[in-house]
Amino acid sequence: MTAALALTDVHKSFGETKIIRGVTLEIPKGQRHAIIGPNGAGKTTLFNLISGRFRISSGAIALNGQRIDHLPPHEINRKGLSRSFQITSIFPRMTVFENIRCGLLWSRGYKYSSWHLLGRQRALNEASEALLERLNLQSRRDVIAGLLSYAEQRALEIGITIGGGAEVILLDEPTAGMSHSETEHAVALIRSVSEGKTLLMVEHDMSVVFGLADVVSVVVYGEVIASDVPGKIRANRAVQEAYLGTEAA
Amino acid sequence: MEVFLVTLLNGLVYGMLLFMLASGLTLIFSMMGVLNFAHASAFMLGAYFAYTISLVAGFWVGLLVAPILCGLIGAGIEKFGLRRVHRNGHVAELLFTFGLALVIEKAVQMTWGLLAVPYRIPAELDFPLFSIYGTHFHAYRAFMLLVSAAMFGTIWLALTRTRVGLVIQASLTHPEMARALGHDVPRVFTLVFASGMALAGLAGVIGGNYQTTSPSMAVTMGPIVFVVVVFGGLGSLTGCFIASLLMGLIQTFAVVLDYSVADLLGKLGLEITKASPFGELLTMPLPRIGALLPYALLVMILWLRPRGLMGTRDT
Amino acid sequence: MSTRKSSTLRWWIAGLALALALPWFFFDWTTQRHSGFALTMFSEIGLVIVFALSFNMQMGQAGLLSFGHAILFGLGGYCTAHALNAIKAAGVWFPMELVPLAGGLGGLGFGVVFGYIATKQRATAFAMITMGLGELVGAAALMFMGFFGGESGIPTDRVIDASLFGASYSAPWQVYYLVVAWMFVSMILMRLHTQTPLGRMANAQRDNFERTQFVGYDPQLIRFWQFVASGFFAGIAGALYAILYEIVTFDSLAAAKSSTALLAAYIGGTGGFFGPVLGAILVVLLQSGLSLLSNSWVMYVGVLFIVMVMYAPGGIAGILAGHAPIARIGRLRELALPYVRILLPGLLCVFGFVLLVELTSFMTIGAAQGKAFKIGAMTIDPKGAPAWLLGAGALVLGGAWLRFESRGFARVWNALIDAAKAAEEAGK
Repeated sequence: MTAALALTDVHKSFGETKIIRGVTLEIPKGQRHAIIGPNGAGKTTLFNLISGRFRISSGAIALNGQRIDHLPPHEINRKGLSRSFQITSIFPRMTVFENIRCGLLWSRGYKYSSWHLLGRQRALNEASEALLERLNLQSRRDVIAGLLSYAEQRALEIGITIGGGAEVILLDEPTAGMSHSETEHAVALIRSVSEGKTLLMVEHDMSVVFGLADVVSVVVYGEVIASDVPGKIRANRAVQEAYLGTEAA
Repeated sequence: MEVFLVTLLNGLVYGMLLFMLASGLTLIFSMMGVLNFAHASAFMLGAYFAYTISLVAGFWVGLLVAPILCGLIGAGIEKFGLRRVHRNGHVAELLFTFGLALVIEKAVQMTWGLLAVPYRIPAELDFPLFSIYGTHFHAYRAFMLLVSAAMFGTIWLALTRTRVGLVIQASLTHPEMARALGHDVPRVFTLVFASGMALAGLAGVIGGNYQTTSPSMAVTMGPIVFVVVVFGGLGSLTGCFIASLLMGLIQTFAVVLDYSVADLLGKLGLEITKASPFGELLTMPLPRIGALLPYALLVMILWLRPRGLMGTRDT
Repeated sequence: MSTRKSSTLRWWIAGLALALALPWFFFDWTTQRHSGFALTMFSEIGLVIVFALSFNMQMGQAGLLSFGHAILFGLGGYCTAHALNAIKAAGVWFPMELVPLAGGLGGLGFGVVFGYIATKQRATAFAMITMGLGELVGAAALMFMGFFGGESGIPTDRVIDASLFGASYSAPWQVYYLVVAWMFVSMILMRLHTQTPLGRMANAQRDNFERTQFVGYDPQLIRFWQFVASGFFAGIAGALYAILYEIVTFDSLAAAKSSTALLAAYIGGTGGFFGPVLGAILVVLLQSGLSLLSNSWVMYVGVLFIVMVMYAPGGIAGILAGHAPIARIGRLRELALPYVRILLPGLLCVFGFVLLVELTSFMTIGAAQGKAFKIGAMTIDPKGAPAWLLGAGALVLGGAWLRFESRGFARVWNALIDAAKAAEEAGK
């Protein structure tokens, strides 16, 4: 069966500096896959390569069997892959509701229309309201997104990310900077929105990783040194040395 | 043949003048991200200041003082204006320098009048230096070459041999990194901005009596300098130099070659008159189209290769 | 939500009523004629409003700063002039009321051509491409006789004897109402456009082009279509210009015209929708009114522009909107005295500045034109020292006093804003 996302011997150099040194990864449909590793290992670069922000130097990236490594980001998105960013990326001057609605426009075929009045699009607005409820943000519906709290913005961003119905979701450190209770809410949200979808996430919070992920890959110096179920990763020697430290065992 | 040689020399002179203007602008643009519309205004001010000073104290005093005045004005603009506007983003900075250019042009009109002023080449330099095939090469042009070459040499030395110069070089290609490394970037900015304006003023001093000194100088020169900067590419002074010379040569040759595209096609056997499709465009002699050349180049480069000749970053 | 809607509706109706009634304030009952000058100026305001709003579709809404917007305006004007001449020559019946569409379609078409090139880039590079395009088209207009009529332009005649309402459009008041009608139609359409997918996504790519990509949109295409849409309305403004003045020349495309749109939109305020309307009114009044009184009105508009860029980047609309929170807690009255206290030194400053500008101008430009510096019956000699000292003194003193007062003003303002914020928090 074709993997949802397949990276084959991906290399990336910035000038002389090799950042990604041959990553091969296969993520089957419906899997929740976490990527962990020390800072500077290249995790976010991997995300940027998959989502088309950077060009790979060599190798191949395929989404549901189709090569996407030469496509611009918006085309990759249209093929069913969406992502969130390490630094929250939303539309700060629009209201929460409008943020969500913008996330739904393309997938509902509105394209560059100059003649549909958004206020009158019943199905679109109802879907936006429903998504808002799922994110538990209805009370903040008409607040300008830039004024939300950090955790609320992160939740909003997840909402925009999944709104278009992408089958493959990339989340870049979704719980970064959150308090304990905020993290719990975020994890519950992520679990619910990734139901039946393929999830790939970069995370530093081990409790989140080990609680959510089916498979964990460890990236160190631009290479995957281990890829396995959480239990086995925790016990893996090389991983302990490189990243977890021997206390985690 | 003689026409070619003379035109070549003239083109080089003009190219060096352009480089004086463009180098400052490229430095400012690359480092600070500000497209300084007021740069050509400094060129104009340099010429006008030199004119007024030369009326009372002679050309040589003007040569020294006018660029300094322009530099001081530049420092003031950066410190009290640009720095304030900086927090509102690049667009605001652009608009600020745009408004400044408008106001300076009007101020010049108000102070010196709407017509050109008789800013003349000083008598000491007003003689033909040598002649090639019967056409004279004027001494003042040699002087211009000398001054611009000296300027280029000084900039190169300053950038490569001094500490500030190294910081500037770093900030050219990686402004944020230079800041992150703790260099007093604001002070460097003021220095670069003021120096750029002073340089433009110097170009005005030596160029103003070569061309005409009128209130429309800035508006005429401005776009050409922008083309050079974009053409040469951001972050590269060498690219700027090459682009300046190229631009100088193209513009000078375009004026001299009084042919049109139709003439060229005529040589190939195609008959084009005013009545033919695009006839007006094709029968237009090159000197007249020459005025369009800088703008056409600007659009083409930004459209097709925003990196320019040797740029390290996209415009 | 519905109270907000009905209050904006009230503003629209009030605006419409004012626009309709305006000519009658300038009606000379003895000659039974409207003031031609006033009507022409109001018509100019109307079309510049459309022009400035179309500019803001690019700048305010899409973050595209264009230095060449006038080419869409001017080309729309040229298309309309040619259309009118063609209608007359062919003897076809085509109502005058629909003629501005020719300009709109011209603006749309050229918007496609130029937009294709320009919108490949954004921000500064886009601005420079538009500058280059502006100069190219401006220069071409002087060179080519066929479409542009060279230096003398394309004259046209608006009396084509074809109207849905039987109007001949020879009288200025009829032209005025035509302008008002098209202005309102354009305003409504542009306003509605902000609520369409393209309109919203234009805002989106302005604020965050990466997120725009990751909701499936190509930011470049958004810029392109927004540019084209803005070209349509710029073309309509150009058409109204052609109809009003019955001649279109190269200065309808020139950099100065593009600057007018920029100045009007920016001074009025690019953040909301109606800012450019205010700016357009102000700029045309300054242009028409001030230029009668002074050679240097460009200087005043330029300085006003710089001051706004530095201290009030949200424009007049932004300044007004800034008062909204204070108005909501009903404490606007407390600003009355502080405003008076900064108004006086402000006026002194402005007086000094104006005096100096006029003195300088009269010494050079005025002298060349043989004009003397007169205020009322009093002639002022620009060569004498007293006037200069007065001007400089007023400027410097006024400036210092203003600086002092502005601190007090800032204190009151900040206190009121804090109170408004606190009230909002408490109300939640």
